[in-house]
Amino acid sequence: MSGSDGTSGLVKDTISAIATPAGRGGVGIVRVSGSQVAAIAHSLLGKLPAPRYATMATFRNVEGEAIDQGLALYFKAPHSFTGEDVLELHGHGGPLVMDMLLNETVRLGASIARPGEFSERAFLNDKIDLSQAEAIADLIDSVSQQAARSAIRSLQGEFSDLIHALNEQVINLRMYVEAAIDFPEEEIDFLADNKVKDSLASIREKLVAVTQQADQGAILREGIALVLAGRPNAGKSSLMNQLSGRETSIVTRVAGTTRDVLNEYIHLDGIPLKITDTAGLRESLDEVEIQGVQRAIREIENADRVLLIVDLTEPLIDNDEDLLAYVNELIDELPATAPVTVVLNKVDLVSKKVANLTRSLTQEYIVISALTGQGITELKTHLKEIVGYDSSSEGSFIARARHVDALNRAQGHLDTGMEQLVATDAGELLAEELRYCQQCLAEITGEFTSDDLLGRIFSSFCIGK
Amino acid sequence: MDYPTQFDVIVVGGGHAGTEAALAAARSGASTLLLTQNIETLGQMSCNPAIGGIGKSHLVKEIDALGGAMALAADRAGIHFRTLNSRKGPAVRATRAQSDRQLYKMAIREALERQENLQIFQQSVDDLIVEGDRVRGAVTSSGLKFKAHAVVLTVGTFLGGVMHVGMEKQAGGRAGDAPSNPLAERLRQLPFGVDRLKTGTPPRIDGNSVDFSELEVQPGDEPRPVMSYMGSVADHPAQVSCFITHTNQNTHEIIRGGLDRSPMFTGEIDGVGPRYCPSIEDKVVRFAERHSHQIFIEPEGLGTRELYPNGISTSLPFDVQLALVRSIKGFENAHITRPGYAIEYDYFEPRDLHSSLETRHLGGLYFAGQINGTTGYEEAAAQGLIAGINAARQSRDLEPWCPQRSEAYIGVLIDDLITMGTKEPYRMFTSRAEYRLILRQDNADRRLTEKGRELGLIDDERWRRYNEKCERIEAGKETLKHHWVQPGNAAMESVLGQSLTREYNLGELVKRPHIGIEALLEATDLERDDPEVNEQIEIDFKYEGYIVRQQEEIRRIETQQGVALPEGVDYSEIQGLSNEVQQKLEAVRPTTIGQASRISGVTPAAISVLLVHLKKKNLLGQDRKSA
Repeated sequence: MSGSDGTSGLVKDTISAIATPAGRGGVGIVRVSGSQVAAIAHSLLGKLPAPRYATMATFRNVEGEAIDQGLALYFKAPHSFTGEDVLELHGHGGPLVMDMLLNETVRLGASIARPGEFSERAFLNDKIDLSQAEAIADLIDSVSQQAARSAIRSLQGEFSDLIHALNEQVINLRMYVEAAIDFPEEEIDFLADNKVKDSLASIREKLVAVTQQADQGAILREGIALVLAGRPNAGKSSLMNQLSGRETSIVTRVAGTTRDVLNEYIHLDGIPLKITDTAGLRESLDEVEIQGVQRAIREIENADRVLLIVDLTEPLIDNDEDLLAYVNELIDELPATAPVTVVLNKVDLVSKKVANLTRSLTQEYIVISALTGQGITELKTHLKEIVGYDSSSEGSFIARARHVDALNRAQGHLDTGMEQLVATDAGELLAEELRYCQQCLAEITGEFTSDDLLGRIFSSFCIGK
Repeated sequence: MDYPTQFDVIVVGGGHAGTEAALAAARSGASTLLLTQNIETLGQMSCNPAIGGIGKSHLVKEIDALGGAMALAADRAGIHFRTLNSRKGPAVRATRAQSDRQLYKMAIREALERQENLQIFQQSVDDLIVEGDRVRGAVTSSGLKFKAHAVVLTVGTFLGGVMHVGMEKQAGGRAGDAPSNPLAERLRQLPFGVDRLKTGTPPRIDGNSVDFSELEVQPGDEPRPVMSYMGSVADHPAQVSCFITHTNQNTHEIIRGGLDRSPMFTGEIDGVGPRYCPSIEDKVVRFAERHSHQIFIEPEGLGTRELYPNGISTSLPFDVQLALVRSIKGFENAHITRPGYAIEYDYFEPRDLHSSLETRHLGGLYFAGQINGTTGYEEAAAQGLIAGINAARQSRDLEPWCPQRSEAYIGVLIDDLITMGTKEPYRMFTSRAEYRLILRQDNADRRLTEKGRELGLIDDERWRRYNEKCERIEAGKETLKHHWVQPGNAAMESVLGQSLTREYNLGELVKRPHIGIEALLEATDLERDDPEVNEQIEIDFKYEGYIVRQQEEIRRIETQQGVALPEGVDYSEIQGLSNEVQQKLEAVRPTTIGQASRISGVTPAAISVLLVHLKKKNLLGQDRKSA
């Protein structure tokens, strides 16, 4: 009955994070702080570097495979940024390498730092001046809110449906297991029932699938999903070509040329983006075009960001009120959850009246000319910020990394639970592993208390003689 | 008049909370007065005649490990013992003792009368003596004033109690006993949050009118479990069987036909009842697809034929009760001795309590039992014990004590109450305890007795036996670890069901699934200790991996648990906390960061902001370990 790897989903005292803006190339730093730093250094570097000396080293995973080569810096508590033992790994800055390094520290027992957690520790350990208390509190507050938004963004679409279905299944199984333990005289004997083993197997299958889907590597290869939407001939295809530097879409002046969904993969300073050019959103009788519009809607629902392209030369737009009404109408056509940036195109043709036109606009907007390239740099900067590669914020990238970490731990507990059930028929150990499993999932789906579980039990079974 | 002697502690109420409170206070050396409406009902079981059960025997054994009376009384009154979950692991096993009500009351009364430092006085309490923000004593219905440093209120369902049978209602704290309305009025004037709860009982049945040949017999377990660490099978009186029968579709028809006169379904009752102990009318309505519900028939005692049909708690009118009972197999000619009823009563917002169970609004006043929104004898007794201990400690200016969630179910119970409050009568379940593998009924003594000794609750005899047991467990574990068996050891390989591939010690082998310590020892020439000690050794080895993991978790959480949140924190002025979090913290007023983190909706980021705020105000303890 004994033996479990200790990778529970609970409080961990060693934290880890990518400390440099990811995706910028050059050097990237993973920083680790806490009591397990020495052990992590031994595993990654094969040794504990001398304090405060830059040491050249090969970073290896537990299997002994090289992840990267770079500099390692070790600071011994209390002489470090946080006041705890700190290890900094300076490697090559590519997102994949940074991601692998971060994951390796997590495998070795660190947890991904909460937003602002390094600063918080530094402050609590007297490494930051008391006068900065408000600033630290504000930082924690603002980055947490940002992280929450990123987490929600990461949770959109199919991934979210899978996670919630999975969580429901775990809750349902726990309901049986816990009810059998707390109400043994109510004739819900789960051990006698093959249902538990079947259910465990099915949950595991789902978990593996969802982990694969969420896997960060896959995200990196696929890029962050960006959708170009707007009325036909608003300039979506021209913008796509401008961003990618290639002619992929058919650009003509005839409205409705883009009859299908086109994908383009580009890199913005090393950040992979998947740009999808959709058929224009307009009602059409043309069978092919209707299908294109439907596909566009699906792409928008799954997008990390939608760029809503508006043609400033559109005859309906005469003044600022017109523009606001026009934009609102377009936004109403999009799924309500879509995160939108308005891109006002063809500024080269209406440059004089732009300031007047935009003064009533309530949405986030950027003014460009896809033809001349005006405003494209600003647009790229904006894109980098919203996908979360900005140094000060936490985007979907890290949010997804957290989710992957939680899913991996959940799977570990599920596997141990299954072993316990097979080896010992010991219901309470299966229950224990399922509890941990759900705690991991709860990091993604939100709190689920023992009282919530009891509520499920009482509403599903007639308890109480 | 003023009573001539001043007491350290006054306990009001002689139920399960009150008696344990009075005993604990007196045991730890405080001069204690127990005020009760009726000395004859001290230790009365108002609901079903059983002590223990899942989650509950865990509490009983913890009370016992701290020197309390409940387990010993259950052994002396127990007429039918069972081990529940016996086929599951030791962490979730539980003991239940059907008890003879009279024997139980006698055992409790005897314990009270034998207790030094304890006086009993019969008169109902109508008022409290309050000076400033402190309680100074209690006033009885005849105007007698008793002074004390601390007062423990354990008034059960007597505060504003209203009993319902059909559409008729009557004031009362229990069938046959008056409610404590003047005291309820008085307490409602104080700044406590008050709400209503509801519970119920089934009609009792005359065993002479029951056809037992139609019932399924459930005998007690052999070997028979024992409740107290100091008890033995020799303490048990004669043993009897319980019985099982079921409701049927006809019963359910009768119930549906009476719903228009049900106080629950016509809105007469607005108190909230327990979801895990619904009335039969509730079960029939909510689980309409079930055609039958089990009834567990409990004998009321050795000296009576009266039976307690557990599972048909009801407040339907008497004519419906009679018809529904007689529709049940074996009860066709049953005679009802006492009608079932529902009772509504006041309870106080438990989030207004400190973990010592002292009220936040009135110093020296402690609440324990159903007044705090719990249900069950065991839950009441556990709170009584803690309130009694702390009332006594306050009278001597000592720091309060309450076990942590990681130390005892008592800790889980009190932390849940003061952190989350409750909307329905709160009952203990093992699923409420996150450290379930550590908090077992078999090791309550190893978790708590040492602390109990420190608190002055443990007598020399219990202390001696406890130490001897611990020494034997440690010695036994060493023996197992140092006894090696070689491949080819036929006796051992036959026990294991497979051949040994290398040299093993017995400590390693006992960890294997389905391998018991007794069988292993059988295959050696080692001396065998008694089963209680061997059980502990086996569990220690088998759960080792999990226990280490939970202890690691506990160690980490204790860092947070140890960070105190000062009384006067003004949450509304803390920047970076959302309004929602501010309100929640304000309602609970947690005493540690650990408790704050357990409030639903208080996020890790909010905890960080709290820590930063404390640091800024220089309120963080200097000894705080690095996070």
